[in-house]
Amino acid sequence: MLGYYLDLALRSLKRNKVLTALMVLAIAVGIGASMTTLTVMHLLSGDPLPGKSAHLFYAQVDAAPDAKKREPYDVLDYQSAMDLWSAKRADRQTLIADSQIKVHAPQANQPPLMLMMLSTTADFFPMFDVPFQYGRGWSAEDDATRARVAVISADLNDKLFGGTDSTGRSLRLRDSDVRIVGVLKPWRPSPQFYNVAGGRFSEGQTASFYTKPEDVFTPLASGLEINGDNFQPFTCWGRPSMPLHLQSAPCVWIGLWVQLDDAARVAGYRRFLEDYVAQQKALGRITRSDTRLRDLMQWLDFNGVVPRDVRLQTWLAFAFLAICLFNTVGLLLAKFLRRSGEIGVRRALGASRAAVFAQCLTEAGMIGLIGGVAGWLLTLAGLWLVRRQPTPYADMVHLDPGMFLATFALAVATSLLAGLLPAMLAARVAPALQLKTL
Amino acid sequence: MQIQPILAALRRHRLATALIALEIALACAVLCNACFLIANRLAQMQVNSGVDEAALATLHLTGYEAGQAVDLNARVQAGLGRIAGVQSVSVINAVPFGEHAGTAGITLDAAGKHFGGVVDFYVGGPGSFKALGLQLVAGGEPQADDYRPLNDFIPDEATVWVTRALAGHLWPDADPLGKEFWMGKSHFRVGGVLAHLVRPSGGEGGPDTVEWSVFVPAQPGASLAGTYLLRADPRELPRVLRDARAAMTKIAPDAVVDTLGSQTISDLRQDYFRPDRAMAGMLVGVIAALLLVTALGIVGLASFWVAQRRKQIGIRRAIGATRSDILHYFQTENFLIVSGGIVLGMVLAYALNLMLMTQYELPRLPLYYLPVGALALWALGQLAVLGPALRAAAVPPVVATRSA
Repeated sequence: MLGYYLDLALRSLKRNKVLTALMVLAIAVGIGASMTTLTVMHLLSGDPLPGKSAHLFYAQVDAAPDAKKREPYDVLDYQSAMDLWSAKRADRQTLIADSQIKVHAPQANQPPLMLMMLSTTADFFPMFDVPFQYGRGWSAEDDATRARVAVISADLNDKLFGGTDSTGRSLRLRDSDVRIVGVLKPWRPSPQFYNVAGGRFSEGQTASFYTKPEDVFTPLASGLEINGDNFQPFTCWGRPSMPLHLQSAPCVWIGLWVQLDDAARVAGYRRFLEDYVAQQKALGRITRSDTRLRDLMQWLDFNGVVPRDVRLQTWLAFAFLAICLFNTVGLLLAKFLRRSGEIGVRRALGASRAAVFAQCLTEAGMIGLIGGVAGWLLTLAGLWLVRRQPTPYADMVHLDPGMFLATFALAVATSLLAGLLPAMLAARVAPALQLKTL
Repeated sequence: MQIQPILAALRRHRLATALIALEIALACAVLCNACFLIANRLAQMQVNSGVDEAALATLHLTGYEAGQAVDLNARVQAGLGRIAGVQSVSVINAVPFGEHAGTAGITLDAAGKHFGGVVDFYVGGPGSFKALGLQLVAGGEPQADDYRPLNDFIPDEATVWVTRALAGHLWPDADPLGKEFWMGKSHFRVGGVLAHLVRPSGGEGGPDTVEWSVFVPAQPGASLAGTYLLRADPRELPRVLRDARAAMTKIAPDAVVDTLGSQTISDLRQDYFRPDRAMAGMLVGVIAALLLVTALGIVGLASFWVAQRRKQIGIRRAIGATRSDILHYFQTENFLIVSGGIVLGMVLAYALNLMLMTQYELPRLPLYYLPVGALALWALGQLAVLGPALRAAAVPPVVATRSA
């Protein structure tokens, strides 16, 4: 039966090419606009570590001396960060701080580069499933002994060493030599989740959360020794003395991530944070008692990582799709009712209402499918335009298989939805009345 | 033209009429708000920086050691001064549309109880005030002894110049000259008021705060180094900047030129507003597509109605209706449908604006957008219906004598 309906639909579509083209165009433009923004939205709001994000938590305590009612600062002061990290109460824990540094490869004959360096601890790589191309991360012992080791990004390895295995070679960071122990595979988490902080102060301009990961990774203690005065505080509650020595400054600047593998460990860690703050209050170092332990996705939501403009564009695109939908309903209505006579004959010859309804919906679905193909092409064009924009996430924008299928699903769903009402009206055409006027 | 028969005919096509009216309503809502968003972005892009953008460029150096900063300042200032066409070289911590360098909260009392807001401090060395081309509305230019030495990013005690916008916010009813404020232990006294000076990277608390800037004169030193302000004739500026960047390999081989941050202020402004331009462009695209789809919908439905009523049109023509009667019939019909859509659309536009206001800190939609949007849609409707209506008017009376 479906084959017959498809044949009828094709014939009907061919009969009035202008009307068909108008409908296909409306669906295609609506789908193109909404799928372009939806793809960007999907890319920016997705889970950067599916399967693992529920076990990763961002810990916050606040050592500022004020008593104002507010959220705790987004990052930690040095003392709290080191205390919590070295207590090792979680399954894994890592500290995060980044800084700009001058990088030079003695062997490569190139001018020095200014790059971002992430200073972290050994657990960073296993905790965040960071993929390695050559070598591996450093050990906990390297953290403790302030070993002069580094892990570099695939990009930097390509730039300085032509993509060859550079482990064991040395890299000049500012004026210190470090040994490369690992080279990452191309790694592009979206967003750069581990470094997200301060989103609520950014007025929705959060595109910078989607920049590439740093090019150089060093143990925190080594990074501080090499580049300590170039680390920037997130904020300070007092004037730090110059030159900046963040370890002793009244500033917050380190993030702490912990991995907690089950609910009991999470509850235990919450208690641990509270106990720590209570103990520090007793010692007189901390005055504020609020703590936070958000999991990765909650932390991203709290920071509103998806840029405001992207959300606005998505809304707009869907309003636009709604207009296209209304348009298609009107055109389908015109198309079906114009064939009232034909439908009347079919009804008189014994076709049931359900059969007429199914046939009309088949035709609507076919328009959706053709509109979907055109919409897919428009989506590709739209994404090409997005890629040309100077946003940090431009290089990541592509149509993955899921969104490719979603394009067609949305197109067919839209056209079926649009066809519902006209098909119902067409099915109600009375056989006798129409036969009379023939 | 009688409206009664048109309304009677529309009543027989309630569904199709309602659909077109709804489409128009949605289009009206989106059109008004999208235009308003564009106007808003364009207004933001028109912000007056308060400086002579066309004549200014900045050179930003990184990667040098703090110990070399004083020596670097001397080398760079001397070296850049020798480039042909350079009118002045001065040291500054930040430039409009560049990276912000001195963002801090200020208080109106020494104890830090009365919070004044988060402002941006421009710390500039001798010559920078004049080079920027800042306009004074009160007080005089900084004198030589206003440029104090620095131990930190900001002096402990200084005479400063605030913008009119900031003065209005801090001391709404008083003369700002001579007023004091504090940032931690640093104490400032207002020596003059500037007409305009935009913050380096926009306001932190919304559009009203984009001009909350303070100019602090200071002597270059270890904590004021690395960013240089070049002034040259606008026609020569690109060449001067190119030469200056090239000269850095000789003047300061130990430092790394931040190429993204070392540009003319006009280029920095271009880059700064690029996302807004992209957004405005996208909105224009949406509006165009929206109008196109709406027009096509009207064309489609009107054509259908014309085809459906061919016989009736023929009968009307046969009993005396002129071509223009038929033409006007369809035009009036379209006008009525579009008007219905617009009435609903104005309500929708307002509702959409309220939603945007809560989510995107947008001001209220000015009322004059509604009649303008309505006019645009009426015009669009009339244009779209013209083709089918002309076809209807061309139906010959003889059709009446034929059976369908």
